[in-house]
Amino acid sequence: MNLSGAAAIAGIGATEFSKDSGRSELRLASEAVHAALTDAGLAPSDVDGLVTFTMDGNAEIAVARELGIGDLRFFSRVHYGGGAAAATVQQAAMAVATGTADVVVAYRAFNERSGQRFGQVSSAAAQQVNTSGVDNSFTYPMGIATPAATVAMLARRYLHDYGASSEDFGRIAVIDRKHAATNPNAWFHGKPITLDDHQASRWIAEPLRLLDCCQESDGGVALVIVSADRARELPHPPAVVRAAAQGSGPDQYVMTSYYRHDLAALPEMNVVGRQLWQQAGIAPSDVDVAVLYDHFTPYVLLQLEELGFCRRGEAKDFIADGRLELDGSLPLNPHGGQLGEAYIHGMNGIAEAVRQLRGTAANQIPDAHTVLVTAGTGVPTSGLILTSS
Amino acid sequence: MTETERIEAAAERIAALGASAPVSGRDPVNQAMVNNWTEALGDDNPVYTDHDFAESSVHGGLVAPPAMAQVWTMRGLHGTRADDDPLGAMMAVLDEEGFTSVVATNSTQTYHRYLRPGEHVAASTRLEDVTGPKRTALGEGWFVTTRTTWSAGAEVVAEMTFRVLKFRPSARAAAPEGARIIDAPEYADGVLRPVISRDTEFFWQGTKVGELRIQRWGETLRHPPGPVDPGGDLDAKPDYVVARGTGKVYSYVVHHHPKVPGKRLPFVVALVELDEGVRVLGELIDADPADVHIGLPVQAVFLRVDDELTLPAWEVAT
Repeated sequence: MNLSGAAAIAGIGATEFSKDSGRSELRLASEAVHAALTDAGLAPSDVDGLVTFTMDGNAEIAVARELGIGDLRFFSRVHYGGGAAAATVQQAAMAVATGTADVVVAYRAFNERSGQRFGQVSSAAAQQVNTSGVDNSFTYPMGIATPAATVAMLARRYLHDYGASSEDFGRIAVIDRKHAATNPNAWFHGKPITLDDHQASRWIAEPLRLLDCCQESDGGVALVIVSADRARELPHPPAVVRAAAQGSGPDQYVMTSYYRHDLAALPEMNVVGRQLWQQAGIAPSDVDVAVLYDHFTPYVLLQLEELGFCRRGEAKDFIADGRLELDGSLPLNPHGGQLGEAYIHGMNGIAEAVRQLRGTAANQIPDAHTVLVTAGTGVPTSGLILTSS
Repeated sequence: MTETERIEAAAERIAALGASAPVSGRDPVNQAMVNNWTEALGDDNPVYTDHDFAESSVHGGLVAPPAMAQVWTMRGLHGTRADDDPLGAMMAVLDEEGFTSVVATNSTQTYHRYLRPGEHVAASTRLEDVTGPKRTALGEGWFVTTRTTWSAGAEVVAEMTFRVLKFRPSARAAAPEGARIIDAPEYADGVLRPVISRDTEFFWQGTKVGELRIQRWGETLRHPPGPVDPGGDLDAKPDYVVARGTGKVYSYVVHHHPKVPGKRLPFVVALVELDEGVRVLGELIDADPADVHIGLPVQAVFLRVDDELTLPAWEVAT
């Protein structure tokens, strides 16, 4: 059995993206799932599968109760933080492709700014009594205790190994914010930044500045996955799941894979990329739009390398000459990414990919037929290639 | 030529010389030596010492223990290596390059037949293999393997492969002298305490006594530690070495924001590559962030938070 082309995203839904939603995470999840079903022309009673992140605070059964979803035949969670994003769609696609379920909704909702902020130190992560807690015993007590700090360790080595600079990181932030500036749904709508703004922003964890770090957001996103055949009978043009993959690399840790021969690399994304190109039968040059996970700017450069858009250490040159602009050869995050639109753990990027394929995005790329989406970096991760047919 | 190239070239030259000229034993196989050897080793098999018993055995007479093969050609207290002995030649090359310490790591013997009192034995040795440089728990070194053949006349009676490690000595095997344990009660307020498992307990026991303990599986060092041999041998058991505590900054972070419990902002955390070859993470204390760079030599210190916890950390090497 081949997963490629078997399933499609037929509906997308979201709450507003804010810094203080004023309501519970379960309410956000319910609103997002409801909106996605409405978009797909389906009712809660049509849903028989739900997928979310291990980290999500809203149990599938709780969401089902709130929306009047009756029987569930399939429910699944994906681990490793934002690395789960594209994998929720993979889980859903596998379920509909095998007939395990017919209508699966993938969702993620949180009050990540007004509630528990990921940018702060999580003592719960340090003190969990399991192998991840033991892994963290070699970082948290020593002071590597926030996501930015974990990334900064790789970023420093990347700068050293390849002669890149803080400005190179800044160019990613500038592009994302430029795209967000013309997206009415983005938190930073109308607020572009310059490279000087980036360079003047305060240090968070050197070599990362404030503007290298994504937002913290409140909000929810949901995606409806059905078979590709069924999707073609629903209101919107389908976003066909042409490829879906997960990846973990050798000597893998969560954000702190510090003991590999090459520190300045993301081999887990390489594992994802190899599968995506093989499943979809395309090459990086065939991608019309790239929605790359951008919680921290350095990892966008590393992803371009691991996914094969350029060679190791050459991303700083690859992104020159406007290549990632809306009219460039590889438009990056037209919605503004998680630096510009919102940080919904990568799920808002998948929704943007669907809009690009429908032709309804705020910053629409003409003739976008093939969109690459990646999930959280530095962790075991996942990716998708969505196509318009 | 680099050091490695010089050693490899010498090894090739010595190996090409082939086997050394056979060196005869000082005495023939004899009962007196057999009596002493079996007594010393506690081997009371009468086939080696009791004439009448041996006559009635499958051997039809006294035989020498096969494991004594090497005994018959030992040089004695004042003997010297033959000039064409390949092990001696290879050791001299490695001594010259600074690999001055030696430890025998393993030997395998093959016996083709029993020897009998009165037989004359001669030994000949050739260089089989030289591998390196290898990072080992003892220090960086080269494995030298020789093959020795014992013959009675033209007949091969026993063979042995013998391997030694010639290494650069390090002080690591000893407990670290003057390991700095610094009282750091200010860290106790909120410091994130490590989750400790059976696999990592030895590490935290070590920091309490000023030892940076690195897990060892055979010759392989592993950090962070885990419960299974990286080589996949489920019967293997780990031990640990006490690192010298010296190394270089491989990467580092200067943490400014947000506040981290138990730390004062800003602070530096360094991922250090130890001289032993593994990376270990720790706070780099008393350093001006502007002076920190990749490659900076550092040494381990230990921050004693309280009776339960001592954190490994770094300071700039003096």
